Amino acid sequence: MSMIGLDSAPRLRRGVRLTYDKTRETHVLLFPEGVLVPNKTAAAVLELCDGVATVAEIAAELGRRYEGVRVEDVRNVLTRLEERRVVEWK
Amino acid sequence: MEVTAHQPTAQPPLGMLAELTHRCPLHCPYCSNPIELVTRENELSTDEWLDVVGQARELGVLQVHLSGGEPLARHDLPVLVSRAADLGCYVNLVTSGLGLTEERLTDLVDRGLAHVQLSVQGADAETANRIAGVKAHAHKLKAAQAVKELDIPLTVNVVLHRANHHQVADLIALAERMGADRLELANTQYYGWGLRNRSALMPTAEQLAEAEPIVRAATERLRDTMQIVYVVADYYSPYPKPCMYGWGSRQLTVAPNGDVLPCPAASSITTLTLDNVRSRNLADIWYRSAAFNAYRGEDWLPDPCRGCSRKGIDFGGCRCQAFLLTGDAGATDPVCSLSPDRGLIDTILASTPSEPPELVMRQNTIKVV
Repeated sequence: MSMIGLDSAPRLRRGVRLTYDKTRETHVLLFPEGVLVPNKTAAAVLELCDGVATVAEIAAELGRRYEGVRVEDVRNVLTRLEERRVVEWK
Repeated sequence: MEVTAHQPTAQPPLGMLAELTHRCPLHCPYCSNPIELVTRENELSTDEWLDVVGQARELGVLQVHLSGGEPLARHDLPVLVSRAADLGCYVNLVTSGLGLTEERLTDLVDRGLAHVQLSVQGADAETANRIAGVKAHAHKLKAAQAVKELDIPLTVNVVLHRANHHQVADLIALAERMGADRLELANTQYYGWGLRNRSALMPTAEQLAEAEPIVRAATERLRDTMQIVYVVADYYSPYPKPCMYGWGSRQLTVAPNGDVLPCPAASSITTLTLDNVRSRNLADIWYRSAAFNAYRGEDWLPDPCRGCSRKGIDFGGCRCQAFLLTGDAGATDPVCSLSPDRGLIDTILASTPSEPPELVMRQNTIKVV
């Protein structure tokens, strides 16, 4: 499993949707026959995965919102989400 | 000393199986619908279904499976898809593919349909049409093509039994050609029509032994392109299947007439008092009804389940099967090798006929195309 490049633009895989569930007060990832609950960090990253923004841009955007965001952490989160078949990139 | 009645705590449901209608153009002899089908006059109205979808989302439902019968037989399917999708649910259409034209599908996808589950009865037209009781196979190939052209995920659902088990390799190849993202190969479950046809549908031990290595190899080979889910033939298993991952734990079913079921086959348990959305709120039914609390949690478990290390894996097995075969829905699933009733299953398997009898095809059908 290779690490995602900083200039890659990740997006949700076909058929995967991110939504906010007010009953459980958390973001949820929905896909055929499945539900995953991402943690707060993963949810913040996923919300910015539109297939246009690059990893560097996502990290910069998160850095404006939260303190102490490191691009390596964002890459790690995305790599894990790719392993779970939630996101993809070209 | 306790002063209040113990109520097992329940989490909100993740999924709702909405059986919009029992009407269907197919006649599959293993249909999961009950023998006593709900007629069109007794189906919930459009407004009632819209309300049910809203209540379900409020309750926490995230996956809405629009099923039947054939859900396309309901002309209000588009507005139901819109409502569920607009509320943030993942909307799944469970269909025979008959009537699923490119035009209808495009409209449903525009409204937010996320996933299609398409049934396939056999690997070739002759076998498939014989099992479906109607010339359906060619329509299914076209429906699959339409799903792929719209680029949404496709699951192919196959029920396996004695008359198609030998085709398992060809069924996998067909699903690959159809471009399926997932393939469910489910051995027949014996309720309703499946139970009526059990002696004709029961695969032989040889058939199962031949299929298993094929399925295993394909699952590995296709790991990155097509997920294969194999549902075992539980009569041949030493342990029962994890029925609903716990009764009243993850999913509810709403029947065409509004009856709310803890499991799609639960209307077969005649000792269960079912509530209906026409007279009771969905959340109240989920959390407080007798039917949903009857086998929830672990307090109800009989021996030998109570002290068994597998109770967290299979939850005592299938309540419908326990009722249909032993007369007691609270008994250990008789499939279990530890059940005092396992002899019932062994007797059934031992009496599997060398030549299968004629199939009794499901009746009460309509033309929806």
